[in-house]
Amino acid sequence: MSKQNTYSPSAEVGSVRTRRTRKQRIWIELKKAPVSAWVGILIITFYAVMAIFAPLIAPYGEAEVFDVPFAQWDDTHWLGTDQIGRDVLSRLIFGARNTIGIALATTFLAFLIGGSLGLIAAINRGWLDQLISRGVDVLMAIPSLIFALMLLSIFGSSAWSLIMIIAVIDSTRVFRLTRAVAVNVAVMDYVEAATVRGEGLGWIMRKEILPNIMPPLVAEFGLRFCFVFLTIASLSFLGVGIQPPTADWGSMVRETAQLIQFAKYDIKAALTPLIPAGAIALITVGVNFLVDWFLQKSSGLRDE
Amino acid sequence: MTSKYFRDVDQKFILSRKRYKSPKCNSVHDVTIWLSKAHLVNAVISTIFKRLGLGLITLFLVSIIIFSAINMLPGDFGQAVLGQAATEETVAVFRKELGLDKPAFFRYLDWIGAVAQGDFGTSFSGRASSGIDRSRPVIDLVAPRLSNTLFLAALTAVIAVPIALFLGITAALWRNSWYDKGASVATLTTISFPEFFVAYILILLFGTLWPLFPSLADIRPDMAMADRIYASILPAATLTLVIVAHMMRMTRAAIINLLASPYIEMARLKGETPRRIILKHALPNAWAPIATVIAFNLAYLVVGVVVVEVVFVYPGVGQLMVDAVSSRDIPVVQACALFFAATYILLNLVADIIGIVTNPRLLHPK
Repeated sequence: MSKQNTYSPSAEVGSVRTRRTRKQRIWIELKKAPVSAWVGILIITFYAVMAIFAPLIAPYGEAEVFDVPFAQWDDTHWLGTDQIGRDVLSRLIFGARNTIGIALATTFLAFLIGGSLGLIAAINRGWLDQLISRGVDVLMAIPSLIFALMLLSIFGSSAWSLIMIIAVIDSTRVFRLTRAVAVNVAVMDYVEAATVRGEGLGWIMRKEILPNIMPPLVAEFGLRFCFVFLTIASLSFLGVGIQPPTADWGSMVRETAQLIQFAKYDIKAALTPLIPAGAIALITVGVNFLVDWFLQKSSGLRDE
Repeated sequence: MTSKYFRDVDQKFILSRKRYKSPKCNSVHDVTIWLSKAHLVNAVISTIFKRLGLGLITLFLVSIIIFSAINMLPGDFGQAVLGQAATEETVAVFRKELGLDKPAFFRYLDWIGAVAQGDFGTSFSGRASSGIDRSRPVIDLVAPRLSNTLFLAALTAVIAVPIALFLGITAALWRNSWYDKGASVATLTTISFPEFFVAYILILLFGTLWPLFPSLADIRPDMAMADRIYASILPAATLTLVIVAHMMRMTRAAIINLLASPYIEMARLKGETPRRIILKHALPNAWAPIATVIAFNLAYLVVGVVVVEVVFVYPGVGQLMVDAVSSRDIPVVQACALFFAATYILLNLVADIIGIVTNPRLLHPK
């Protein structure tokens, strides 16, 4: 009996608890996530797959022109063709790649500019902070869509100028947030300790402050991505954003918009312009759901 | 013991209210209170003037940014506008007209002086390489559209503000009910939609499937008021849907924020009716955030007009600006940008000032 009984209370208390791996922890969090967050994750995954594997999924090429413009929905062209005979479904899939790619690049750039300036301003707190903050105040006084339109009329509508312009305009909003949250961290003792032991500006920004302000920045990244996405889609819809023949959802809506007036005769055709518009709406809804959940998770933030 | 405490506080509250309501100054103490109040009113006025000054400075800086737009143009712009066939003389004349031969500082003074008198220069379109000038003054292009855009914005505001306030206040009152949750999901979804998506859904439903309203808002100056409203119902409805979502969420947040404050809890503990709590205690403090929300959203509305005008081919400033951007007609773009930016700044300023004026805390000594 005493041979079998190897249990000892002190051993149990003394043994090190096995930590859950990161994967396990993420899975546990996900299992607790509300339905809306799951919907968001599914939507985003779907879009990501579409964007990454576009050439494999799409039945035809991005700018492949067929004989019949405005063809009806049938087996060869599931969603018909557009005004010069390109397959709408293929363009929709390639459009995911172009539109999301440009929006992501723009958001990253905006965070690079706005985030680093915000951190510098929060650490400096002197004339530099004043200079940047007041400059940003003035830039933010101009409505962003109007500002973007004005700059586009000067620099022309290429993909690069689009990315640069929107990134600069949106970096002002990122700057505001980064500075606001970083100011509270920059006065902490450990930041002062780092300064005293002679760390450089780059170290303090990256290693001392940035890890502590990550959650609000990540949430802001999601929201900012939505705004950038909607702005680019609106500009493309207005005809001054992404230029043809590049497939893009905003311009696809514009190109096929006239089909709506035939709704009484062919409801499917009338839905053609609504599909890319709906695709834009769906991805922003998905990102919003995910960000909502993340915000509640990371800060216990609720709107009450 | 708790009830005694509350009775005490209650008694003090009633006493203080009585003293506050009596207009007579019986003692030296009262006189000092009145004097300090006058001082506070002055403080409020000076704050307002500070904001106004700040707004003017912002407007001035924004005008500099918009003006510098023309300086950032690449290369020889005169040649680009007039075409390859333009002779050297026409290009020289054009450059002189733009003032490109003068330093930027003087050009800015000339420009802003002319703008102050309503002269925005002449449009680039209509100029030919031969030197024949059929271009029109920018003000002639913008002015008739200005009233159209303001009409659309005003119509939307008239529809949207009451709806949004009603929805926002009721959602805050019955928060966490199915009504609130439904409204919250609906607004989150509408906010995520691009304006043109909403617009085309409305056109599909009410323009073509059930043709109740015209899907092209063709506004002419000689139209009767009723016809104008009828023609711009769909654009106004689109803008309303977009803006009500924002406004409702912000109103709800403002009210909930307020209902969480201790003095509301105090009133609730005293046993006052919910209606009285809302009307007597919450609303006087809520006007400031609500007014700010309205003004802020009207500023948003003026900008949101651009896309909607293009969808419905509504002859407003937004559509003009988009056309000018695609043809790179810089003077027209500048004029439109100045109009939008000025309206935006002005409305935000109004929001700020309403916030100051209606904040009762600023009028009472601490």
